[in-house]
Amino acid sequence: MAIRRKLIAGITSLLGFMLSGVVQAAAEMNMRPGVTETSIEAYDLHMLVVWVMVIISVFVFGAMIYSFIFHRKSKNPTPATFSHSTKVEFIWTIIPILILIYLTIPAVKLLIKMEDASEPEMSIQVTGSQWKWHYKYLEYDVDFFSNLDRSLKVDDPNYLLAVDNRLVIPAGTKVRFLVTAQDVIHSWWVPDLAVKKDAIPGFINETWTLVPESAAGKIFRGQCTELCGKDHGFMPVVVEVLSKEDFVKWTDQKAQERKIAAKVAAEAAAQSWDMDKLMTLGKTTYESKCAACHQVNGEGMPPAFPALKDSAIAIGPIDGHMSIVVNGKQGTGMAAYGPQLTDAELAAVITYERNAWGNNTGDKVQPADIQAFKAGN
Amino acid sequence: MSDHHPTGITRWLYTTNHKDIGSMYLWFSFIMFLIGGAMAMVIRAELYQPGLQFVEPNFFNQMTTMHGLIMVFGAVMPSMVGLANWLIPMMIGAPDMALPRMNNWSFWILPFAFTLLLSSLFMEGGAPNFGWTFYAPLSTTYGPPSTDFFILGVHMMGISSIMGAINVIVTVFNMRAPGMTLMKMPLFVWTWLITAFLLIMVMPVLAGTVTMMLTDRHFGTSFFDAAGGGDPVMFQHIFWFFGHPEVYIMILPAFGVVSEIIPAFSRKKLFGYSSMVYATASIALLSFIVWAHHMFAVGMPVAGELFFMIATMLIAVPTGVKVFNWVATMWQGSLTFETPMLFSIAFVILFTIGGFSGVMLAMAPVDFQYHDTYFVVAHFHYVLFPGAIFGTTAAVYYWLPKWTGKMYNETSGKIHFWLSMIFVNLTFFPMHFSGLAGMPRRIPDYNMMFADFNMWASIGAFGLGLTQVYFLISIIIAIRGGKKADEKQWEGATGLEWDALPSPAPYHTFATPPKVD
Repeated sequence: MAIRRKLIAGITSLLGFMLSGVVQAAAEMNMRPGVTETSIEAYDLHMLVVWVMVIISVFVFGAMIYSFIFHRKSKNPTPATFSHSTKVEFIWTIIPILILIYLTIPAVKLLIKMEDASEPEMSIQVTGSQWKWHYKYLEYDVDFFSNLDRSLKVDDPNYLLAVDNRLVIPAGTKVRFLVTAQDVIHSWWVPDLAVKKDAIPGFINETWTLVPESAAGKIFRGQCTELCGKDHGFMPVVVEVLSKEDFVKWTDQKAQERKIAAKVAAEAAAQSWDMDKLMTLGKTTYESKCAACHQVNGEGMPPAFPALKDSAIAIGPIDGHMSIVVNGKQGTGMAAYGPQLTDAELAAVITYERNAWGNNTGDKVQPADIQAFKAGN
Repeated sequence: MSDHHPTGITRWLYTTNHKDIGSMYLWFSFIMFLIGGAMAMVIRAELYQPGLQFVEPNFFNQMTTMHGLIMVFGAVMPSMVGLANWLIPMMIGAPDMALPRMNNWSFWILPFAFTLLLSSLFMEGGAPNFGWTFYAPLSTTYGPPSTDFFILGVHMMGISSIMGAINVIVTVFNMRAPGMTLMKMPLFVWTWLITAFLLIMVMPVLAGTVTMMLTDRHFGTSFFDAAGGGDPVMFQHIFWFFGHPEVYIMILPAFGVVSEIIPAFSRKKLFGYSSMVYATASIALLSFIVWAHHMFAVGMPVAGELFFMIATMLIAVPTGVKVFNWVATMWQGSLTFETPMLFSIAFVILFTIGGFSGVMLAMAPVDFQYHDTYFVVAHFHYVLFPGAIFGTTAAVYYWLPKWTGKMYNETSGKIHFWLSMIFVNLTFFPMHFSGLAGMPRRIPDYNMMFADFNMWASIGAFGLGLTQVYFLISIIIAIRGGKKADEKQWEGATGLEWDALPSPAPYHTFATPPKVD
């Protein structure tokens, strides 16, 4: 019996030691509590289940380990003969049911709360496409694409979690997200807000968040969580939270930027561009928007992503080429770039594709041509 | 009864013998296990460090897809059918399976099905790259041309599984020896009988899914295309109506295996035999009403989410009963720890851990945080590797003496066990943490904050892979030159195969049915 006592003491102290280690390491290994009421409640529920499971495993695995030690053949050469006990079996059917009820009650409450997107103060349409997000503020004249910032290197703390244009939302405001997709299913996830909703082509899902005022100025990062093709791992979600006043300033600034951009684009479109200028802008545009699929060398990854080098489209009629770049191609990964790029960028990238990699058609496409094409579209 | 049997290649091509077919199934599944494992090595090598080192993202997706498909349909399911073929006739005192020619056909479809599937790796555009769950429209409108080969391959696997299941049901209902009542059948036979019903119910649904994909791709239908009035979410409902019972198809026979092995090495009868049968049946029935817990993020109505959450949590009750019964079987037994017992004990412990994370995932409001992250990957690998695969491994060690008449080397078995045990945990436990930290599934590159967990998982995976090659070698050595096995190799073993048959079991057994009291 002395051995048994020592052993139990030993096991308890070992468990205690392991638990303290676990608690220390837990901060970086565990789910993040996040900043919203729902994310913190989800975290609390997560911790509750974890502890319930730990307690159950202490009993179940404890009984097993006890058996391994004291009921081994050398200790217990004659096995017991019982093989049934209605009472015991009844008890261990009832106890799990009670535990499950104990866990279900808070889960039901929280689920109903999380799914209540009613009475939002503002709405943002979130549209996933291969492999970028588009945000449209329904109450403001603001909409933009959000692409992975490919300039960051592996050792950057925000590698793969940074974008060119962040989604900006106001603190202390119930924001509703209307989530949908252009092509395949994506999923929009921000762990710190406990918001994850599938973006499904042809359907609109709604979800919401309410970030407290205290989190104003913070940036939250997440990723697409539904396999959506080749660059599924390369379409992060980045949300910046501003105070209500700063948010208003930000929308004004966005409207201003929009005006300036329109003016610059109009000026650019009015000019006649020379080949060098078109090719330079075309190369940068191509490499940031097109090369992920069609590759820097224009050879693509056929058949999903066709080569542009020597392709019927890139060396064929200019109208066909403009059409596919501006309008995209239904049922393929080729998105419509008309709304995503300026006329100058469109002209430049088409010129680049018609002259790079030995395509040498010598064709120049001017921003004015794009305008004319769009007008007749 | 003579032990005469045909020889040469035709023995295997034309055989209608359940033992030969069982062996072919087991060898086939092991080959698939190594191929699928090699793909896992590619995945883990790429994920060893952040940054893209070895493969393109598109090829990475092909690897995750093919790894899943091959492991599910090529390794785990055929290995269970192999065990069924070898064991069910011997356990119920039948001379063979009820439909021996169909048995031959259901095996020989498989090499063709997987040749089709694997050949897609060499096609233009590469292999299927949309995940083993092949969600539309990524797999329909956007799928590579090889998707059609995948569809045909899945159809063939489905035909094979349905025929295998029919065979099991017909055999169990018609070919039991006199006196072998249903409630006297070994639990392995029970779990397989229930599995066979699951297969018959859901494999046609899978066949329907891939057929709808095919017509969407080529014949102008729009089942899964919103632009034509269809619904991509309907794909997921139909797929998971197959997919959730499918996970029990993979695990129930393993439940049966450990329910044979634990009593044998505890030298004590299985605790609560009838509650084990009812628990297995309840799990099977519940598996039909929980499918949408895989889809909590698709935007279901709250009422739907509540229903699927609660129904899923209920599965913990019969599963708990099974675990408690195994523990009670060991309680006050006379335990020894030979290799089959070690694998069975590890099964119970690690499967239970997988069950715990299963309850966590069932809870919809927290599942929004776990869904489609590495936490899910950790969960289902815990129920599949130390679950289904440890179960099959335990069965191979336990029945090898009966199948081949040769004993494996116990030291070598223990080395295999301990290496597997260490590496399986090193591989899959850190995935819980990378998932909780926010790493999505199926990504070829990741942020620095997930680096440590991934490095450990990769080291574990390489070790786990090599350990299975060691298993192959030590089993071959045992079959070729192992010590001669006794008729009843294990002191505590029970059942007709141990009590009424010599080792190795002759080519034809129970031509005259045994009498069961």
